[in-house]
Amino acid sequence: MTAPGSETTESADPEVVASSGRADTANRSLRQIAWQRFRRDKVAMGGAIVVVLLILMAVLAPLLTRFFGYSPNEFHQELMDPLTGGVLRDPGNPAGGLDPLGGISPQHLLGLEPVNGRDLFSRIVYGAQISLLVAFGATVLCVIIGTILGSLAGYFGGWVDTVISRAMDIFLAFPLLLFAIALAGVIPDGAFGLEGNGLRVALLIFIIGFFNWPYIGRIVRGQTLTLKEREFVEAARSLGASNRHILFRELLPNLVTPILIYSTLLIPTNIIFEASLSFLGVGINPPTPSWGGMLSDSLQFYTTSPHFVIIPGLAIFLTVLAFNLFGDGLRDAFDPRSTD
Amino acid sequence: MLTYILRRLGAGVLLLGVVTMVTFVIFYVVPRLAGQTPQQLATMYVGRAPTPAALEATVDRLNLDQPVILQFWEFIKGIFVGAQYEFGGRVVECSAPCFGYSFQNYQEVFPEIMARLPVTASLAIGAGVIWLVGGVAVGVVSAIKKGSLFDRLAMGVALAGVSLPVFFTGLLALAFLVHAWNIFPTPGYTPLIENPWQWAVGMILPWLTLAFLHAAQYARQTRGGMLETMGEDYIRTARAKGLPERTVIFKHGLRPTLTPIVTIFGLDIGLVLGGAVLTESVYSLNGIGRYAVQAIVQSDLPVILGVTLFGAFFVVVCNLVVDILYAWVDPRVRVAR
Repeated sequence: MTAPGSETTESADPEVVASSGRADTANRSLRQIAWQRFRRDKVAMGGAIVVVLLILMAVLAPLLTRFFGYSPNEFHQELMDPLTGGVLRDPGNPAGGLDPLGGISPQHLLGLEPVNGRDLFSRIVYGAQISLLVAFGATVLCVIIGTILGSLAGYFGGWVDTVISRAMDIFLAFPLLLFAIALAGVIPDGAFGLEGNGLRVALLIFIIGFFNWPYIGRIVRGQTLTLKEREFVEAARSLGASNRHILFRELLPNLVTPILIYSTLLIPTNIIFEASLSFLGVGINPPTPSWGGMLSDSLQFYTTSPHFVIIPGLAIFLTVLAFNLFGDGLRDAFDPRSTD
Repeated sequence: MLTYILRRLGAGVLLLGVVTMVTFVIFYVVPRLAGQTPQQLATMYVGRAPTPAALEATVDRLNLDQPVILQFWEFIKGIFVGAQYEFGGRVVECSAPCFGYSFQNYQEVFPEIMARLPVTASLAIGAGVIWLVGGVAVGVVSAIKKGSLFDRLAMGVALAGVSLPVFFTGLLALAFLVHAWNIFPTPGYTPLIENPWQWAVGMILPWLTLAFLHAAQYARQTRGGMLETMGEDYIRTARAKGLPERTVIFKHGLRPTLTPIVTIFGLDIGLVLGGAVLTESVYSLNGIGRYAVQAIVQSDLPVILGVTLFGAFFVVVCNLVVDILYAWVDPRVRVAR
């Protein structure tokens, strides 16, 4: 039933595949094989390229906005219709009607925000900074907590495992969004020696990381469970290695690959989480741009300025999709079960 | 079976306890750690510009200056036997289960939540049916016709689906399907008993929006599970003994694939019943989730607390129901553990 060109090769003659595969992969490490597989996967490569471009965009935000647009908080109310808040087709002439493109022009690459007329390109580019910063930060936190607790649970078993596994079950069963809203809502504007958006970013990273670590924790626990039965661990133990040595020097290096793969897949989840919190008004404070916050603003203007819905929404969609494709590709490339 | 149910019930009660404690910690301990004085905390429980005397009264009433353990006791006591608050010279009653009292709107939180439950339940159940049936059906067909045009299209859409946040699809639907092209009427809630047709028509877009995201996940998961199951030896055996393909797929292939999906469904429906925060916000449906979001804007803390607690309770209860159903369907579960 396999159509030609489908991704998993199911050759009619498995022997041919197996023998050619053996000859082909004889002198290469798993990582090299995976890289080769990954490079052949066009969809995943596309995702990877978009991810790199997005990161560059976020890092170079100040340069990009100076080059192509305006500063993200510069008002252009002279271009707007004072009545509906939409962008005028003909600046200064409300009788001329609204611009159906929302002001998309060589000056304003992605058009203008309703009412205030801030440049959307700049706001999207700066929004990427917040989105990626929070998503990466939260993922790092997830990885730290998840790796420590997951490997402890898997390695020691017994009551340690019971307690940690139960905790993971509980976390996965929580209404995360409600708890996150609650947490973001009860923290005052200045706390823990931080204030303003520095505090908001730290808070978002902490909340998302704190609630999403069990995804990594489960994977690490499962991997540790199988790894600890392997000969090299037994060998280390028979040489008198301490638990610490086995955990950090023997097991951890073998956990790096799965952790990397699953953290790539966790980033898009975290991006959506951040956007959701900003959409609900408990994320980044205005006027700092955030994609979720822009969508929340667009709820008032979707009748006159549909572009204000589409542009930040597409930014979230493309970013999340790129990370998903990239992560799926990585996972397939490193999957020992997939044939090549 | 009975011992199993009792054990799950015990675990459920324990989980409820943990959830209650976490909620308490978030609302009473975290702000303290963040450096708020009892007086500052009290401002979140009273109106906008309270007098110092009113603040002191609030601190006193909620025991905000007392040790944490005492506060926790009062909090638990309120849930079981209700509470009385002295407020502006009169006593207000918050009958059990007291999930809090909104001093801004002079309302008990629990009845307010119950009043909004039909909206959230309509949304959750309608969307749940659509995403479960739709997601599983697409997943099964994709797995059987792996590599076909349908499979590739469906999986492409599903991948897009898991990458689209509800509030974006909802806004797109509002901007284009409702406003620009007039295909759907403006979404809104009409009680089912009042007018079933209006109820369905008003909810169709919220259902589809919420269902799309989940259906995409379920389709991906069903497809993966089916592909794995259909490679098992017993499927070959079933085919070898001449069973019709339909029986092989639905009786032998789909059943083991469905069990993990039913577990996830229980979790998901519990989460949504506790407040479909994002969907309700986009479509301005006055459900439980929107109640919490509006409370944030007014910084009406007791409401947020009540909804959080209620949502957590729903998840735990749904989990319990699924666990018991699970044991009933799959005897292996009863024996294990």
